[in-house]
Amino acid sequence: MSSVPSSRPNKIPTTELPGLRDSLVRWVSDWGGLVVDAMTTVGDMAIFTYRVFLWLFTSWPSRGTILPNFYQVGVLSLPVVALTGTFIGMVLANQSYDQFRDIGLENQLGAVINMSLVRELGPVLAATMLAGRVGSSMAAVIGTMRVTEQIDALISMGANPIRYLVVPRFLACIMLIPALTIMADFMGIVGGYFYSVVMLGIDHYQYLNNSRQFVGGWDFFMGIFKSFFFGGTIAIVSCYRGFHCQAGAEGVGRAATAAFVISFVLILVVDLMLNILLNAVYTSLGFAGKKMF
Amino acid sequence: MTTTYPSSNTQTDRAGDPSQPLVELRSMTLQFSRQTILNKITLSIPRGQTLVVIGESGCGKTMLLKTVVGLTRPRSGQVVYDGDDIHTLNDHDLTNLRCKFGFVFQNAALFDSMTIGQNIAFPLQQHDLAQGRDVNRIVFDRLAEVGLPDSVAAKRPAQLSGGMRKRVGLARALVLEPELMLYDEPTTGLDPIMSDVINELMLRTSAKPDVTSLIITHDMKTAYKVADRVIMLYPFSRLEKGEDQIIFDGTPQELEQASDRRVRQFVNGEAGERLMELRSSALENFE
Repeated sequence: MSSVPSSRPNKIPTTELPGLRDSLVRWVSDWGGLVVDAMTTVGDMAIFTYRVFLWLFTSWPSRGTILPNFYQVGVLSLPVVALTGTFIGMVLANQSYDQFRDIGLENQLGAVINMSLVRELGPVLAATMLAGRVGSSMAAVIGTMRVTEQIDALISMGANPIRYLVVPRFLACIMLIPALTIMADFMGIVGGYFYSVVMLGIDHYQYLNNSRQFVGGWDFFMGIFKSFFFGGTIAIVSCYRGFHCQAGAEGVGRAATAAFVISFVLILVVDLMLNILLNAVYTSLGFAGKKMF
Repeated sequence: MTTTYPSSNTQTDRAGDPSQPLVELRSMTLQFSRQTILNKITLSIPRGQTLVVIGESGCGKTMLLKTVVGLTRPRSGQVVYDGDDIHTLNDHDLTNLRCKFGFVFQNAALFDSMTIGQNIAFPLQQHDLAQGRDVNRIVFDRLAEVGLPDSVAAKRPAQLSGGMRKRVGLARALVLEPELMLYDEPTTGLDPIMSDVINELMLRTSAKPDVTSLIITHDMKTAYKVADRVIMLYPFSRLEKGEDQIIFDGTPQELEQASDRRVRQFVNGEAGERLMELRSSALENFE
């Protein structure tokens, strides 16, 4: 601009290091804005979750609305979860074998592989696959419905979008993720056994006997118990991101990406917290160092 | 064509008080963040009237429509429907009230995961108003009402043209026999012939007893053809201080003789000072 007024008032006193003060103000303002945004999102998400639970305990949607979601989440996720589980079992065997052989404990491989699988890798992997395959798709579908006014159309016809769109997806995630976890566990065990016994030549009896000795019902319970929370997290985060999708194709893309990234991070956070809690419970029940069942 | 629902409750409470307006906006202000979209809008729509809202893009027409249905909440003021302030109703009452509205969205907003038949039947099934063969009968009746064959019911929204989708949107909005029809730019993006078909369908719907219509449009042909009354909204940011956002309120005949320069400009489709703004912004960019 060429026409700068010559009599512009000097708003910043020259004696107060204006550059430093401006930077500080900007820094505080930027961080303040981020904190406010983050707190607003957390609060908004809490209200969203409350509404989902309210509908969950008052009125379920029709079977016709629920079943396609069950098919999408459960049936269509099964092959990919099984495949991932199998390969993770084999990779675990491949990675651990050398180190265990060096200390002469290769026969203990079964206990390590199976314990890692049923406690940690099975549930976390199943949840990660679900977040990637189903969570992103949920965010994209609901986001597109938001952008194309289909959610407004639902509301204007007297349908509650949380009951109609979120509750079926939430139910599908929390009810079917345990099944997916069991599948990941089972295929991981099969994969680990195949690689260890058939490929690496570890004794079949030792492998199974050591597994039986160290892996108990509590370990299976722990993995499956955690999976309910993972499923709930994926459904809430993904649907929330879809509901708050920005306009346009880019907005839908961002919602889908954010749904996966946030779900994955939260899965790991929830996993750590539940591990601490469950281990404390196990110890307080007096089973520390022993098998409960 | 009148359809009798097996167990409809949409016809109840329809009478209301005929002397009272059906919809009233009382000093309604709508803001997003710190941006004022609608400022102290006061408007009443008598029963049976067809009100057309015109105005340039971004002046808040669609937001006005969404606030009437309760899709957006005003910052202050009231939206009164048949004596009730809709933004103070609980979820249950608001849901029941929405059964009395029929909303035709700008791009039809059909559910693309469903067939056309399922789309039209959705409000009926959502409120358990019909089942089985009755649903099919009502769907075919509504399709016939908007001039579409029964075979369309099995298709998906993506398989239809823009005009057909708009007509399906209208059929879906009509399925509960609403007393307030809301149309958001119903002829936008359609060819002149299909626009006229939609205008005729809106006229037919408005001619039904007890149907009140609120139509948002840029299309002056539509305004002249279907309106009983026209109002023009002006963007709040461009108003003089203290000026009302509704800069015209009258019949279509009065619209033709409007003395306000901004109204005449819109009706005649003249850019006026907007062209000057374009030139000055181009000049600034160049400098």
